[in-house]
Amino acid sequence: MTISLPYALAVWRRNAAMYRRTWMWNILPNFFEPVLYLVAMGIGVGGYITRMGGTSYIGFLAPGLVCVAAMNGASFEVTYNIYVRLNFEKAYDAMLTTPIEPQDVLAGEVLWAVTRSCIYGGSFFIVIVCFGLAPLPASLGVIPVIPLTGLLFAAIGIAFSLRVVTLDVFSFYFTLFLTPLFLFSDIFFPLNERLSGYWLWVAEGLPLLHPVRMARMAFHGQASPMVFWDLAYMLAASALLLAWARRTVQRRLTS
Amino acid sequence: MIIEVESVSKRFAERLAVDALSLTVESGICFGLLGPNGAGKTTTLRMIYGVTQPTAGTIRVFGIDVARHARAVRARLGVTLQQNVLIEALSPRENLRVFGRYHLLREPELSRRADELIDFLDLRSHANVPVKQLSGGFQRRLAIGLSLVNRPELLVLDEPTTGLDPAVRLALWSRVRDLRAAGTTVLLTTHYMDEAQRLCDRVAIMSAGKIIDAGTPAALITTHLAAEAVELDCAPHEDAALFDGLPVPRHRLRIGRRLTVYLDDATAFAEHIRRHDRGDRRTLVVRPTNLEDVFLALTGTALEGDGSGPAWSDHE
Repeated sequence: MTISLPYALAVWRRNAAMYRRTWMWNILPNFFEPVLYLVAMGIGVGGYITRMGGTSYIGFLAPGLVCVAAMNGASFEVTYNIYVRLNFEKAYDAMLTTPIEPQDVLAGEVLWAVTRSCIYGGSFFIVIVCFGLAPLPASLGVIPVIPLTGLLFAAIGIAFSLRVVTLDVFSFYFTLFLTPLFLFSDIFFPLNERLSGYWLWVAEGLPLLHPVRMARMAFHGQASPMVFWDLAYMLAASALLLAWARRTVQRRLTS
Repeated sequence: MIIEVESVSKRFAERLAVDALSLTVESGICFGLLGPNGAGKTTTLRMIYGVTQPTAGTIRVFGIDVARHARAVRARLGVTLQQNVLIEALSPRENLRVFGRYHLLREPELSRRADELIDFLDLRSHANVPVKQLSGGFQRRLAIGLSLVNRPELLVLDEPTTGLDPAVRLALWSRVRDLRAAGTTVLLTTHYMDEAQRLCDRVAIMSAGKIIDAGTPAALITTHLAAEAVELDCAPHEDAALFDGLPVPRHRLRIGRRLTVYLDDATAFAEHIRRHDRGDRRTLVVRPTNLEDVFLALTGTALEGDGSGPAWSDHE
């Protein structure tokens, strides 16, 4: 069976209908979070570290944090929220009584996770533009990076969720996977100045490194050929994980 | 035939949930699939609407092979699951709209259909209240409403009234009758035999993944038992004295001290018992035989287990 976009959009609309109910409460933290980070890290720590990577410390942080926001937006959606929809709300059982097929459910959920990543990442970007931390128009180049980050972390999160049997395990995903990524993906310090030799190659495996590097290039208004590798990594990893997820979802939902 | 199931089996690892089952449902009737919990009713339904693939056998719905064209089949039927699948934060109207979109309904049809169903299911007074504030009866009606958004030719109801109070059950039955009268074929599962007897034109009795027998409720009763049933309290050792001088009844069922006797004419038997007891009035109930009796006779299983287990004796 092939994916049908209209049915995937119907799945997307279910989530959107629920989100619309609560969007005021949902969206406000998306604006507060970046402000808190920028104040604490940028003004606090930045008071001692005046320059990093050729810019102010707060300016150094800004592009990476846009990607983190996009990552978080997608990750919550494909872990806790999918678990609730699957096990408590029985949303997928309901969908599968209609012409919607398992692969449409997966596609709709990925689209929705990407949407959430755009809401998170987009709000963050708006805040840093308001703070004058995003050079315009160059930094607008970060806009396509946001949904790509959402797609990648939707794929990773779904693959993880499909292997998870209890809700408690999700906290491992956040504290043992996403938090280290957050700390070691070129966001708080330039990785290539602190690592050497094969450690730099190992770091290339970190999924968050790639969108952060692309975002930084956009903010600096200069692209290097590295952008092709970053793009290829993100698209290939997303595609592979989603292909696996598609097979697994089919089996899981129709057993 | 709206549904044709041909020697379908479903195996889950070591367990054979459905065992070479065949059944047909003709257009326009209400068909009941009866059986205790774990008989394989829900698995059979899931295979009929194409969400579970059979291990063996074929299923055609509307003449279409479900295994190959599940989308096409599901576009024309509606399913109400055992467990409510409502979105609790949203109102009935919003729930209907979300479900309408699953069937790719667009405006203005989407709003029109939601309004029609709100009227049909008497939900008008609560149409815009979050579902979590509604009573169980309202929620169940809405759940059935969701499965009607696409004007299904076939409505599948998986234990539609489990856990509902009697008034709500009656109201739901009346809606199901309306639908059937309007030409919708209904396939329902239940373990309430009274529900099956009141709603269904034909029933199939399932146990351990197989259909034991199928037919109209009346035919099943006359084939397997007799028109009337007499229930009385009587210890096993009293049997001989009690039945002395009487033609042997066609069937008897004993559960503990409770004895049920099935016969074509209960009046003579009841009088005989009264004469035998000589004024020492024992509780004695004469009633029409129902599907529950047939079910017990066919499966040898009590629906609501009482620990002692039934014991049958047939004299034909």
